[in-house]
Parts: sequence; structure tokens; C-alpha cells
Amino acid sequence: MYDAPSLEKNVDQKATKIAAKDVQVYYGDTHAIKDVSVDLLANTVTAFIGPSGCGKSTFLRCLNRMNDTIDICRVQGDIRLDGEDIYDKRVDPVQLRAKVGMVFQKPNPFPKSIYDNVAYGPRIHGLARGKSELDEIVESALRRAALWGEVKDRLDAPGTGLSGGQQQRLCIARAVATAPEVLLMDEPCSALDPIATAQVEELIDELRENFSVVIVTHSMQQAARVSQKTAFFHLGNLVEYGDTTQIFTNPIDPRTESYITGRIG
Amino acid sequence: MTDATTSLLTQDARTKKRNAAEARFKLYGIAAIGIGVAMLILLLVTILGNGVGAFQQTFVTLHVELQEKKLDKKGNRDPEDLKKVTTFGYDPLMKAAFDKAVKEANVETKLKPKDQAALLSKSAAADLRNYVLANPEHIGKTIEFTFLANSRVDGYLKGRVTRESIANDKNINAAQLDLVDQLVKAGVIEKRFNPAFILGADASDQRPEAAGIGVSMAGSFFMMLVVLVLALPIGVAASIYLEEFAPKNWITDIIEVNISNLAAVPSIVFGILGLAVFINTMHLPQSAPLVGGLVLTLMTLPTIIISTRAALKSVPPSIRDAALGLGASRMQAVFHHVLPLAAPGILTGTIIGLAQALGETAPLLLIGMIGFIASNAPGGVAEGLLSPNSAMPAQIYEWAKRADPAFYERAWGGIIILLVFLVTMNTIAVILRRRFERRW
Amino acid sequence: MPVLWLFLVVLALTGSGFFIGRQRALASAKGDSRNLHSRLPYYGTHAAISVIVPSLLVMAIWLFVQPLVVSSAAEAVLPQALLTADASAGLLMAEVHRVGAELVDQGVTGPLAALVPAGTTAELIPAIELYVANTHTGHLWMSIAVILVALVMGGLALRPINAEFRARNTVERTIMALLIAAASLAILTTVGIVLSMLFETINFFGLHSWTDFFFGTTWAPNFRGDSDLSILPLLWGTLYISLIALIVAVPTGLFAAVYLSEYAGPKTRAFAKPLLEILAGIPTIVYGLFALLTVGPMLTTLFSAGGLLGVDWMKGATSVLTAGVVMGIMLIPFVSSLSDDIINAVPQSMRDGSLGLGATHSETIRQVVIPAALPGIVGAILLAASRAIGETMIVVMGAGALAKFSLNPLESMTTITTRIVSQLTGDGDFSSPETLVAFALGLSLFVLTLGLNVLALFIVRKYREQYE
Repeated sequence: MYDAPSLEKNVDQKATKIAAKDVQVYYGDTHAIKDVSVDLLANTVTAFIGPSGCGKSTFLRCLNRMNDTIDICRVQGDIRLDGEDIYDKRVDPVQLRAKVGMVFQKPNPFPKSIYDNVAYGPRIHGLARGKSELDEIVESALRRAALWGEVKDRLDAPGTGLSGGQQQRLCIARAVATAPEVLLMDEPCSALDPIATAQVEELIDELRENFSVVIVTHSMQQAARVSQKTAFFHLGNLVEYGDTTQIFTNPIDPRTESYITGRIG
Repeated sequence: MTDATTSLLTQDARTKKRNAAEARFKLYGIAAIGIGVAMLILLLVTILGNGVGAFQQTFVTLHVELQEKKLDKKGNRDPEDLKKVTTFGYDPLMKAAFDKAVKEANVETKLKPKDQAALLSKSAAADLRNYVLANPEHIGKTIEFTFLANSRVDGYLKGRVTRESIANDKNINAAQLDLVDQLVKAGVIEKRFNPAFILGADASDQRPEAAGIGVSMAGSFFMMLVVLVLALPIGVAASIYLEEFAPKNWITDIIEVNISNLAAVPSIVFGILGLAVFINTMHLPQSAPLVGGLVLTLMTLPTIIISTRAALKSVPPSIRDAALGLGASRMQAVFHHVLPLAAPGILTGTIIGLAQALGETAPLLLIGMIGFIASNAPGGVAEGLLSPNSAMPAQIYEWAKRADPAFYERAWGGIIILLVFLVTMNTIAVILRRRFERRW
Repeated sequence: MPVLWLFLVVLALTGSGFFIGRQRALASAKGDSRNLHSRLPYYGTHAAISVIVPSLLVMAIWLFVQPLVVSSAAEAVLPQALLTADASAGLLMAEVHRVGAELVDQGVTGPLAALVPAGTTAELIPAIELYVANTHTGHLWMSIAVILVALVMGGLALRPINAEFRARNTVERTIMALLIAAASLAILTTVGIVLSMLFETINFFGLHSWTDFFFGTTWAPNFRGDSDLSILPLLWGTLYISLIALIVAVPTGLFAAVYLSEYAGPKTRAFAKPLLEILAGIPTIVYGLFALLTVGPMLTTLFSAGGLLGVDWMKGATSVLTAGVVMGIMLIPFVSSLSDDIINAVPQSMRDGSLGLGATHSETIRQVVIPAALPGIVGAILLAASRAIGETMIVVMGAGALAKFSLNPLESMTTITTRIVSQLTGDGDFSSPETLVAFALGLSLFVLTLGLNVLALFIVRKYREQYE
């Protein structure tokens, strides 16, 4: 299970996928994210950790403009995906979100069949030319989400009928089927039991081959297990960002140290 | 677009199409709301446009000589003797007065006095007679009396009747309209505010100009009184039981399902119930506001129960716990603490239920509360409850059914009055809610 | 007004019961209310409730039963000679009631021949005399019985009062019984509705064949008898008008709800929602007038001979389309506010999931939110359909009076509710099948709407449980 991040020697040579600079987020009058600058790398799992309410989920939702759906939320600063400003007026958030997929804290399968859940993204984005191509996409997405074996005989069953862990893997398959470049995961395991969590974590590690993955997590163990880079947020500030091994073994900032040793949380 | 080389800054064809669909969809939504609001505006404009005229009426002011030899031959002013003079006895006086007014105004007309006086309402003689019976001391004098004009004259001044539209009308001709034009100039005929429409009683088919909504308003008032007196306590009692004391069992379930169903039963069914139970079985007087009130009570109860339960539910359990913790019984906790806190919500729900009941028509038709029943406002509570009467919406329906279009104006006018009541009641409900709304 | 006086007497007895109960308790506690089991007012209340509740109950039952007894006695002495085909017992009894009630109000007793108002049928005088006499006797006995009950119950309640008496518990038990009685009134109403219509419906089926009612094809009431009274053409008109109403109301209401709950900002919402709700608060008589005097003529100027479109499709202002469109307008806010609630119950996470995959807002609504809300929306539409089927004033004023099967929406047609009104407000004899058919129609209407309501409420309830 424990995938030692220290084995990854070439982390730093990977290309920058998302570059955020001086990002500020306001919820009404609350200044939720202060001056966050961070470069997220391609084919890397980056973990955002920090105590609850520190802004890590908020920041994650900035990366595919999910914050647009909240009326009182304002984002300032510069976030670039492959060098393009995603808050540019010309950018259509719909196109952006197709490239930057998202998996949520609580499994949220649509009230449709398992097949239709996975086929939803490809259908709306027009990724498949025909039924057979769509079948292939669905199958490969379910395989990559390690769910194929469990559901291949009941693709027409409602997605809401699966167990919690299966539902979350279905949601991951759903996101994967859309063929994003970046996958954002907001505490994907918080509603799952340990076995399901292990399955999802394994999956995240495999997804790294094709995507850049950003995962928000409460659990420092999980961050240590799945990520190569870790960012520590505290009270809306990005306190420290670096290789996961370094953060957990040799944190520079005293706040990081307090947090990982359990003194603040 | 999932191709990594596509820029985010340009929209591909598919995205453009999808965004167009998005814009269209949003437009449908705006259009739907637009339709709703447009219908509301159309409705209000129609009501106001057609109904405001009802508050004005055309009057003819004449100087009538109340000749003693015609009205009181014996000269003793005995009311019994005065009553013996029928409205026919007053006709010549009116004709003379009208002729005099025409001459004084220097109007040339070839119309005979009979056709001149036809411009007055058919109730004119009766109005004058009632005045004389009430004021016998004026006999022998010349008084200034304001008569209602015929509804055709009224319609002409309001634009409803035109020279083209009267081609086949036996009740009025072009020469009479010429006379009207000149008398208007002379100030004998004028259009002004008509309080009788708001306060008066309905009139027969032939006299739309004399019809008023006041008496049926009294009918509505007494019905609302019955509804308030019965529905509020019963509704509150039922809600308290269901919300605070009822055990969760199948009987309670049945009652609850029952109440939500009763709220959706067509109102006419309550009318049938009223007819069968209150009138045919219990022999309560037909057309009485008491019966109407009973029917509306049964109809309004579910509304009041539903809103009262919501109000009780919104009082947090901690209040009950606090009272019980001090040794109060559950009954005391509910009546001393929960009920007063829920009172604004209950009141709001009751007012809204009353407003609903006030506008209800269909059940009233079945129990005989239609128009032209009562000619005088009821004198007391007992008479108000038991003597036959109509109600505002039923009166409006009655006017709408009549053949003379002059009644349509009164129907719209009646709706304005009805809506004024409804708006007032709902405004009070909103204010109560705003004023006393409590966030726990 | 013996009833009013009796009521006042009961109130007075209740008041004295309260004070005596209070005094007795206080006396037994030697003037110190702290020695009492319950607080002082409970003792008075106990006595007061014991007086007023049973005596008013007796009075209510008496007032309900007495007219039945008095009428049947009077009916027995109706002269047989008068009971001909055109003057049934019902009509004669109506006159007996009318004249009798008038005389009772005047308080007259004894022989009445001289007192009956002019125009009364002379042969009915014995029946009227009996009616008046019995009514007076009945009222007298009622007064005696009620006062007796009040005194006895008051006495029984006062006897056990002493310092140890658990007055609060007793009072609370009584109040609880009253609360339960109030809650049961809902059931009583339903039972009343069903029974009142059921009996007359059975009478109707005794006079008219039920196969014609349910399966016949013609509605042609004829007050000389031998009518065709079939519900089918009326049902067709009802359903056709309801269908048009739903075609107007459902898309408009649904889109309005979607826009209000998904797109509109708080300001638009605060402005548009109350405006739509005003439409819901307008009484149906207003819509009826709108149909009769505005929409009907408007459609006539379009579709009738010599109209703007140059077609001759419409004969008069009343038509299925007139009533349907206006009823649709009335139902817009009904559909929209129900759907609004239901759409808001769809969890936000569902929307996030779809938006997070790059779906546009409308794709999310059409493919995720609406399917998720579908059961609730179906329930709302069923409730709207039930409203449309039971709506009376709009169809009475806008739909017309011709019962027929036709597909042309510009023709005038009639509905179940319209016929109920016209059969029950006509001058017909109350025991003729032409009048009684209204009860059969009413019962059918009740069953139809009840079925729709129960189904709709069941669906909506299940739907809400799913997301709670």
C-alpha cells in the first residue's frame, strides 16, 4: 500500500501544468484565500493539507472555476493552465472544466444507470462518434476506476444503488471518461470506509500516469501515501509547498511542523 | 476540445453550439416568467380598465316641485296616506321638472316630455318617493333632487354606448343623445363618484345603474365572521393535537392524509356537502351567510391546520423541554409557551385562509347565495347570519350572467373591491410575518 | 330566538359553575390556595367545562335531529290528494318548511289558519300546524333537557372538589378530548362528503340506470323525465379543458420554476416570485370573468366568421380553448411554486458533479436536475390536473353548456362541475333524477380528484424522503 514518494527522483523535472500566482478569494467580506502562488506539475499527485476551514477546498475549486457557481465568491489573481489564464473573459468555464475534472467529497452519482453516469461526460462533450465508441470509453473508464469487474453485468442498474466506495469509484470513472488533463479531488475518501479508501488511493496512484491529480485531504497519512508534492494551507495562506517527503520529514515552517505533529488541527 | 493543443481562449464549434443552447434555455425561462407577469399585468389592466367606471355614475340634477295636491291631497302629512301615492303619482312631477330643466338650459328639442324623462333611471320615481316619505316636511316646496340617469345615458358618457351601437336599441335614440349632449354642457347631467355602488344593494335586470355591492359585502362579512369564529379555534385545536400530542399510529396517519386530501378536494364538493347536510338535512335557512360560513369553514380548515402546524413546528423543542423541566405539564408547556410563540404564524395562516374563503364562489352557488336576494343591509348579527344574502364573488357572478353589458362594468368594479379586500388581508399577513418572524 | 336564549343561559350556568368550583376549592383549602393540588383556576375551569361541553353537545345533537323528526311527522299528514306527479312530497315539504319556519320565527302558537301568509296552499295548513307545534314542543323539551344536563353535570363536577382533587389532570384530560375531537373533524368532513353524496347517488341509481350514467353517450336532461344522463360527454369536456390548461401551465410553470431556482439572482427572485404568487391568490371568479368577457371575445375576433383570420371556426365566445387557456394561466403559479420547492430539494452536490464534468448549466438542469426531480414534478402535475378537473367558476363562465364529443377546441363544451352547478341551481324538483344526477356527478368528481391527490401526495412524499 505505502507508495514511498521518495522513489520519485525526477519530480522537479516535470512540466508545470497549472500556475497560480497571487490568488485572492473573497466570500462576501471574508478574505478566504490570501496571496496563494503555487505551480502544479503534470503527471504528479499534489496533496493540499491543512486544518478544516483553511481554504484548501476553496482554492481547489478555483482551479476549474467551480467557485463561479457561488454568487458571493470573488477570485482575484492569475491562474494559468498550460500558460493560458483561466479567468480570462474569453474562457468558457465549460471548456475549462472539461479539461480540469473534479471528484467531490460525497459520492454524487446521478440518478441514472451506471452506464449513463459514465457516458454523461463523453456525451455532452461529443467525445464518441458512435455507440460502440461510447461503449469502449465507458468500459475503459470503469476499468481504470477498478470498477469494471464489479458492475459489468449490471450497467443498466442505477448508480445510486452501489455501495459508498463503489459510488465514489463510479464518480472517478465518470470524471476519467471525460478525458480531462487535470483531476481535482476534494476529500474523495472522507465518506468511505478503510477498504474503499485503499482502493481509491491505489486508483489515484495509477491515474497519475495520464493526469495531473490534485487531492485535498484531511488525512496526513493519506497525503503521505498518495502524493509526490504537498501544499500546507493555514488560515487562507499557503504556508509551505514542496516534495511530500520533505514536508513530512523536514518541514521548514514551524506551523507546518505543528500541524503534522498534531499540535494544530 | 479535449485535445491538449486546443486553446482555452477560443471556443470550438461544439462549445459554441452548446452555449447557444444554454442561452436559448435561459431565454425559455425568462419567457415563462415573462408570460406569467404579462398575464398578471393583462389581468390587472383589464380589471382596472373595465371596472373603474363602475365607481362613477351619471346623475341628473333637477328641481322638482313636490306639489301638495298630487302627493298629499288631505294635507295632513299622515305617512299612511303618503304611502298610498304610488310611483306613478310621482311621474308627472319628474316630467315637469325635466321639462323645466331643458327649457332653463335653452335647449331646443322635439322630444316629448315622456321621452325626455326616459333619460332617467327606471328607479327614479321610487327614489323620489322614498325621499318624500322620509322627508314629508318638504311637500309643497321645490327641492333639488339628484336622479340616477338611465344606464344607456351613463354608458354614453362612459363611451360604452355610441351612436353606432344604438341602431337597434329600443331604449334610446339619437335625438335623446343630442339632448344628453346639450344637458351635459348645461351642467344638468354630470358624471361623478357614486358611493351607492360600494354601499348599495343589487338591483333588478332593468336597472343596472342602481346596482351596488354593499349588501353582498355584508353577506361576505358575516360569512367571514363564522369562518373566523369556527375555523380558527377548531383548526388550532386540531393542529395542537396532531403536532404536539398525537401518537404516531395509523389513526393519526389517516387523519393527516385526510387533511392533506381535504385541502385538494374541489370547492364545489364542499358546496354539495353544504346543500345536502346543512340545508336538506338540518334545514338551516337557504342562502343564509351562516350556511355559507359553515361550508367555507370546512373548506378553510385544512389550510389553517397546515399553516398552524408549520408554525408550531418552527418553535424549537428546547422551549418545550425548558417548561417541562420546570415541572409544567405538557398541556401547560404547549398553552403557556409554544402557542404564544406560534401565534403570529397561526394568525398569518388564518388571514390567508380567510382571504381564500372570501374569494370562493362555487360552493355558494349551490347553497343559493346568488344575487338580488337581499335589498337592505342586515340590521343585526342574527339577521346578518340568518336572513338570505349574497356574497361579493357570487354577486359578481350574478352580474356577469346578466344580458345588459352595463352589468359587466359593475362586475369588474366588484372585482376591484374584492381585490382591495384580498390585497389588504394579504398585506396584513405579510406585515405580521415580517414584524414577528423569529429566527431560532 | 329560543336557541340564542338557551345558549346565553348555558353560558351563565358555565360562569356560575366556574365561580362555585373555585369557591369550593378555596373553602376546602381554608382560604390558602397553596394547600390545593392544582392551581386555583383549574377547579373553576373543571366545573365550567363540565357544564358547557355536555350541554352544548346535547343542544347541537338536538338541533340536528329535531328537524328530521319534525319533518317526517309533518310529511306523514300531507294530504294524499296533493301528491300528484307535478307536486312531489319534496316540493310540498319545501313549502311547509318555508311557511312553518316563518311562523316559528314569529313565535305564534295554536291554530294558524288566520296567520299563514297569503298564497299558502290551504290543504297544507294541517301539516304546517303540526310542524309549528312540534317545533315549539321540541324547542321547549330541548331547553329543559339542556338546562337539566348543565345542572346535573355541573353538580357532579362540583361534588368531588376539595383540596386533594386533581383538577389540573381532569381539566387537561377534557381538553385533550376536545383537541382530539377537533382533529377528528377532518375525518368527519370526509365521511360527511362521501355519505351526503352516496345516499343521493343511490337514490339516483334507483331512478336512472347506472349503465346509462357510466357508459351512455348522451347528456340531455329533460325536466319532463326520460333524460339521457351520461357522464362520458361531460368527462370528455372536463379532460379536454384540463389537458389544454396543463399544456399552457406545465411548460410555463416548469420553465419559470427552473429559471427562478437555477438562474435568477436573489433580486430577480424576490421580485418575480411574489408577482407569480399574486396570480395564485386571485379568486377563480376573476379568472372566470376574464374568460367570459376578455379572452372569449378576443378568441372570437380571431377565429369567428368575419374575424381577423377570415375563418369561421368559432361560433360563440365560450369554448374549450377559452376556458383551457384561462385555467392554464391560473395554474402557472401552482405548477411553478410546487416545482420550485421540488427542484430546490435536489441536492447541490448533484449539480456540482455535473458542472464539474464540464456540463453547461442547462445540460445540468435538463439531464441531471430534472430527471432527479421528475417524480416530484409528476406529483405536482397530478395535483395541478386535479385542480383543473375540479375547477368550477372558470368553466361555468368560459366553457359553455353543450355536452358533446368533439376534438375542435374552439367549440363550446361542458364539464362535470358546470353540470353540477346547473342541475343544482335550476328550479328542478329535488327528487327528480335530473337533480339527483348532480350528486352522482359530484361523487364521481370526488373519487377522481381523490385518486389523483392520493397518488400525487404519495409520489411527492416518497420523493422527499429520498433526499432527506
